[in-house]
Amino acid sequence: MPPTASVTRRRFLSSTGLFVLIASIPGARAAEHSGILPWKPFAALPPEPLPGGRWYVLTPDEARTVEAIVDRLIPADELSIGGKEAGCASFIDRQLAGSYGTSDRLYTQGPFAAGLPTQGYQGADTPVARYKAGLAALNKHTQAQFAGKNFFDLAAAEQDQVLRDFEAGKVDYKSAAGFFNLVLQNTMEGFFSDPIYGGNKDMAGWKFIGFPGARYDYRDYITAHNKPFPLPPLSIAGRPEWKTGDKTSGN
Amino acid sequence: MTRKLPRKDVVIVGLGWTGSILAHELTDAGLDVVAIERGPWRDTATDFNVAYAPDELRYAVRKDLFLQPAQEAMTMRNNVSQTALPMRDYGSFLPGTGVGGAGTHWNGHTWRFFPSDFVLKTHLTERYGTDRLSELQLQDWGVTYDELESAFDRFEYLCGISGKAGNLNGTIQQGGNPFEGPRKREYPLPPMQMTYAPTLFAEAARSKGLHPFPTPSANLSGAYVNPLGIAMGQCTACGFCERFGCANYSKSSAHTTVLPVLMRKSNFEARTECEVLKINLAADGKTATGVTYIDVNGETFEQPADLVLLNAYGLFNVRLMLLSGIGKPYDPSSGEGVVGRNYCYQTNASAQVFFEGKSMNPFIAAGALGQTVDDYNGDAFDHGALNFVGGAGINCIPTNGRPIQYRPVPPGTPRWGAAWKKAAKQYYNNTLIFSSQGSSYATRGNYLDLDPTYKDRFGRPLLRVTFDFPDNDIRMSNWVSDRMKEIADALGGKQVVVGKQQKGWNSVPYQSTHNTGGAIMGTDPKTSAVNRHLQAWDVPNVFVIGASAFPQNAGKNPTGPVGALAYWAADSIRNHYLKNPGKLVEA
Repeated sequence: MPPTASVTRRRFLSSTGLFVLIASIPGARAAEHSGILPWKPFAALPPEPLPGGRWYVLTPDEARTVEAIVDRLIPADELSIGGKEAGCASFIDRQLAGSYGTSDRLYTQGPFAAGLPTQGYQGADTPVARYKAGLAALNKHTQAQFAGKNFFDLAAAEQDQVLRDFEAGKVDYKSAAGFFNLVLQNTMEGFFSDPIYGGNKDMAGWKFIGFPGARYDYRDYITAHNKPFPLPPLSIAGRPEWKTGDKTSGN
Repeated sequence: MTRKLPRKDVVIVGLGWTGSILAHELTDAGLDVVAIERGPWRDTATDFNVAYAPDELRYAVRKDLFLQPAQEAMTMRNNVSQTALPMRDYGSFLPGTGVGGAGTHWNGHTWRFFPSDFVLKTHLTERYGTDRLSELQLQDWGVTYDELESAFDRFEYLCGISGKAGNLNGTIQQGGNPFEGPRKREYPLPPMQMTYAPTLFAEAARSKGLHPFPTPSANLSGAYVNPLGIAMGQCTACGFCERFGCANYSKSSAHTTVLPVLMRKSNFEARTECEVLKINLAADGKTATGVTYIDVNGETFEQPADLVLLNAYGLFNVRLMLLSGIGKPYDPSSGEGVVGRNYCYQTNASAQVFFEGKSMNPFIAAGALGQTVDDYNGDAFDHGALNFVGGAGINCIPTNGRPIQYRPVPPGTPRWGAAWKKAAKQYYNNTLIFSSQGSSYATRGNYLDLDPTYKDRFGRPLLRVTFDFPDNDIRMSNWVSDRMKEIADALGGKQVVVGKQQKGWNSVPYQSTHNTGGAIMGTDPKTSAVNRHLQAWDVPNVFVIGASAFPQNAGKNPTGPVGALAYWAADSIRNHYLKNPGKLVEA
């Protein structure tokens, strides 16, 4: 890849602090525009990921349960680290803490009716409520089936069986399959989204599958048919190897 | 309380592709124009910033740039025996919002429909007789391909479309689409360089005697300055196209082709984050007096204007007509009425070929970078011995390798765990996908109206979509799937999986944002909502511009014809209406 444009761009970002500089100028929009093309430098709306190191929505026990689930959905093996180490549970917690968790962007007016499969999710519960209820139902199920044990206390094979039963809706919890699908979707989001959102630690998910990430210029490779792509992945925030003044990492 | 504002010559509802083109044309004609857009102001540097544009979670999964259902949802059902319920999240299709509209986050496939598509009912009746069409409600457009040729040309040159002509003034051209209608000149830019998968697909299609060609693309193959003097750059094949704004100024949209000139005009004004509630009519119901809108602070305004242009997404054009009492609402039980009539969609299926030991590099991609086969599209082939009308383009256009949503694995693979990991890794770089994009033909029972139960945040009824794939279209799509299997088998992969479309349109998985009809154009006010100039039959100072005007949909992406209709309507207004305001066609 020609090193000029995108490296310069990311050096600039990493050296100036992507999430501080640009985020500090909100409200550049006006309602009426005439005679000019409205534009202000740095009047951008970058992503606003929450910092890690704490749980926002999940209780410690709920977080431990989610960590156990994501580590079975994406188990550690010779291909990659597992979902827990990759940060999938922390990703889910941070997503639940934002507009996703509260369905702020969705149509949430009643009346609520069961609906047909072609009509999609018709429940009144937000993702936060679905996680709280689903995790409680999961542990209630394992406590009944495994002599009072919680999900995270089970052996891996037992956890897999419980997850398969939830996936197939073969447990005494009517939202089991829906809850399983929600967690599976969010786990994959965490493993494969940009690391700025708390999962995909060190781009482990992208290295695993072979996705080069936020590169943005492949012109030199379009006609390199059937040849392995040679460059490592990079994130919106750059690469861990990149440090100010580092002259060695041209990728 | 509603504040009444000073009169304007023209008020435009929605500042997307068609709104921008109409505003540019009518300000050039000296008119004082205001556009009212319910979404935010957006431009490339600010909102599609190169520093963070390639963010799959934010834009493709959480759909940051799209219309949010909290702002406006729709209800859906497959037929009148069901109770429609709201699509609480948009899934099957994703309407846009904001300046640029859905043209912000499109892929950029830029087609002309076939000449026969514009006279579909006449053409098919002459060729196959009336019995073949008995389950359908087909109509002619009231405008022909030849009449629209220069409008197509202007839109393509506005955009800098990259492609290869297949028919120049009636002479078939090597390497282009031999089935297209005659064009007066070449595309403004040559085709894009081909990635690996479409190259393999084209070889396989040629081996079956078919005629693949580069898909006409609004992702630019090179630098370009359009007739307005606006410069664009070469597409970098970044793989963040559909669902994203382009940070490179290399995907044609209102931002990259019109707005830099339009916004500098003193006789144009854009009001953003202002939602039009209704078109106001005079007491006689035959003249629009302007629009009423509500701004982001909840204040309502009346904007008087001599001319009202509906340039919202097609579905919202229809809803605004219904909410405003323009045109008679369609009733499927009697087949009478016009607003909501002939709602159509797109009939699609896909084929997957799994290989071993390849480097497909799916992330090297652009929204419209690929190859198309039109041998089985529209009426390009003889349907005499077949039991359907219509057809599908077969497209190998791998748009991205973004891994939250792109992780192909063969059927039967577990969705999680160690076995899933092994397959996901193996097939990410070893899968070739192509698909059919089929025509969608109108029936009496597929239509749009206002929902009796569910309301928007202002208490107005939501639009209700009643739709299922017609039997004719299912037969068509399944026949084309069999043709896809022939191509797929010729690709020499390890495993071939070809999907077949089924009844029961599902609003959840993404399929296509190609919703057409509901305010269709035509020659008879009993069966069309607007005349051949896109002028409302009943309210002649209202024009309704968009895919809402298509009497039925073809097996091609609609933006090219939408752009052509924008120029066609602009010409009608400039050359005819302004000289003599009133009905351009006497019914």
